Amino acid sequence: MAMDKKKIYAFPNWCTPSNPVTFDPQICNGCNQCVDVCQADVLIPNPEKGKPPLVLFPEECWYAGCCEGACPRSGAIQIHLPLAQRVRWKRKATGEHFRVSR
Amino acid sequence: MNWTRYIKEHGLIEWPYPIRYGEEREIDADVVVLGGGIAGCWAAISAARKGLKVVVVEKGATLKSGSGGSGCDHWLNTPHPGTDITAEELVDWELEMTGGYTNALSRYIAARESYETLLEMEKMGGVIRDVKDDFKGAPFRDEKTKFLFAYDYKNKIHFRVRGSTFKVSLFKECKRLGVSIVDRVMVTGLLTEGGRTGARVLGATGFHCRTGEFYVFRAKAVVNGLSRHQRNWCFSTEIRANANFRPTQIVGDGHALSWRAGAEFTMMEKSMPTSFASPHAFQPYSAGNAINTWVPCTLVDARGKEIPWVDRDGRVLNQVEQRCMPAPGQKFLGERTPSYKHKRPEPIPDLWERIRKGEYTLPLYADLAGMPEHERKVIWGHMVGEEGKTRVPVYIYYTEAGFDPARDMLQSYMFLGSDPMRGSVRSQDRTGGEIGDAGGLVTDWNLMTNLEGYFAAGDALFAANYHYHAATTGRYAGRKAANYAEKMKITPLNREQVEKEKAWVYKPLENREEIEWKELNAAACRIMQNYCGEYKNEELLHLALISLKDLQENDAPRVCADNPHKLMRTLEVHNILTCDEMIVHASMARKASSDVLGFNRLDYPAVDPPEWKMWIVLRNDDGQVRTRKMPLDFWTPLAGHYEEHHS
Repeated sequence: MAMDKKKIYAFPNWCTPSNPVTFDPQICNGCNQCVDVCQADVLIPNPEKGKPPLVLFPEECWYAGCCEGACPRSGAIQIHLPLAQRVRWKRKATGEHFRVSR
Repeated sequence: MNWTRYIKEHGLIEWPYPIRYGEEREIDADVVVLGGGIAGCWAAISAARKGLKVVVVEKGATLKSGSGGSGCDHWLNTPHPGTDITAEELVDWELEMTGGYTNALSRYIAARESYETLLEMEKMGGVIRDVKDDFKGAPFRDEKTKFLFAYDYKNKIHFRVRGSTFKVSLFKECKRLGVSIVDRVMVTGLLTEGGRTGARVLGATGFHCRTGEFYVFRAKAVVNGLSRHQRNWCFSTEIRANANFRPTQIVGDGHALSWRAGAEFTMMEKSMPTSFASPHAFQPYSAGNAINTWVPCTLVDARGKEIPWVDRDGRVLNQVEQRCMPAPGQKFLGERTPSYKHKRPEPIPDLWERIRKGEYTLPLYADLAGMPEHERKVIWGHMVGEEGKTRVPVYIYYTEAGFDPARDMLQSYMFLGSDPMRGSVRSQDRTGGEIGDAGGLVTDWNLMTNLEGYFAAGDALFAANYHYHAATTGRYAGRKAANYAEKMKITPLNREQVEKEKAWVYKPLENREEIEWKELNAAACRIMQNYCGEYKNEELLHLALISLKDLQENDAPRVCADNPHKLMRTLEVHNILTCDEMIVHASMARKASSDVLGFNRLDYPAVDPPEWKMWIVLRNDDGQVRTRKMPLDFWTPLAGHYEEHHS
């Protein structure tokens, strides 16, 4: 098993929510326009130029979506509502239940 | 990638911006506007149109900052050539709703100038009409002007707008007019003549939230567009993420620094159980409901049975369109009010009793699919698509996730564990007023506070609310500040006051204790929940004061910040504590109860007795709290005052 070989570090819990915004490194070119537009200043530029920003203060995210709105490359940014706030819906004709998946 | 994962792979990283703690930058202007939200940008634009040198100082990024930065779905209370309703009548529905506890002065300015402000918005690039004819023939559309209306289709006083275009347009107009925008700078204090409390305002201080650099602004006039207090009773990112109705950094910085400088406040004793900031809420407007943005949505129960809508007289309305029409004999509808005169139709008020009797089955759903196409599209496509912070995370993402309003029903959490509106809200979980009127600065008809040269607009004003109100009062305050500035000169600052501010700002950097800002905020909320919550008496309020003092003296000074961003968050919580103090002092001063103010004094149970049906005005006089009473209708006569002052 791969996990046996990994070095284990002493590490605290993550803050919650931990993952309001993710980046697709294949699409994002690290232009940092999202970093500039976020009013809560949740993001910082990646130390490596051209790479996606880092989410430094995830629990301060207000979920305004301005980062995605400012992004010039469609699909580079995804916002994820907190896990506890994923709303459900029901298809009228079939009665099937769904949930907001991210 | 989040930071935690990154450092596991790459090791610790340095702060990404240059550190300039203690370095000082001085900026002079005719008018300095504090806050680059809706009110701030409008103030800057209207002062700059008069040819003045204007600076905007904003803690976030002016391009999208503020409660209205990400969007706005409606523009309310607007008399215009297509309606008979007057500015006086529009002020009246709010006065009626609040039993007189509303700031009719700013409401009236807003109503008088709302339409011309909206048209000016259009000239700057804001979309205020149905230009693509998406709603041709809909009962809420005026075919000639292509305006869309909400809530009252007969009287057409509340506009539906494409508000996601507004902030970008304001930003561009600021740039075009040569307004200097200083982003990422938190305003920390006001500078006054001789450094004295209560004296003329000559400028402000701030620091850069990325570099830590200190800023000194000198001005002939200063406008406060820093919004209102938030996070006084509820704060926990762990439980509910940042579901506040207003953005993360709106905490009452402007209230706190104005208080320290000696500005007058009123209505700070008001509070109510919170709907959106409840620890159990979903993101605003992200679940099925029938309020505000979602009016007039059809609700059905788990078996598909429709919940009837009734008018103010309890008459069942069979047509969807009737939900936005006045009842027989009713002149017009307010956007939201429980008072009979302007009450909107609503889903049956005894719904809970009827659920308990078995007539309806939980859970409920928003049945957009069962509505006429134009109503479905105006709620889901237009309103949810344009309202601040629902456009991307709700409208776009739910759609991408497969939610189809033409065939799906969005679940409502009404009467379940997470209902933001009723049923499961704890009365201790309060807010000063996230939707609706809240306490704030008192001004004259120039929107100038008791501090000479210091103006206020938008949510900084007491009893403020709404995008249209922030825009109109910002525009007005900018004009008045410019008039004032034209007569004044830049005045030398009191160096001692600057140094004092600087010491206060950087203090948390020296602390080495292991407490950070979030824990301090949570502790402050606990004090307010316990001692300044739903029920109050002299003893509880006394405990609130000594508990806050305890926190301020013994714990707040130990809270540490190890980078400029956390320094900002730490100082924010210091400001929250100052706002808490203001709330407690205001609560001690009102020796009566009041329903409208959500104010229950166990030791003074009489509700709004005549001698207390007035404003309690407070100010800080060098550490002493001074209070005075002001008549509720201090603004009368509206038209006379407005005509005299507005130019």
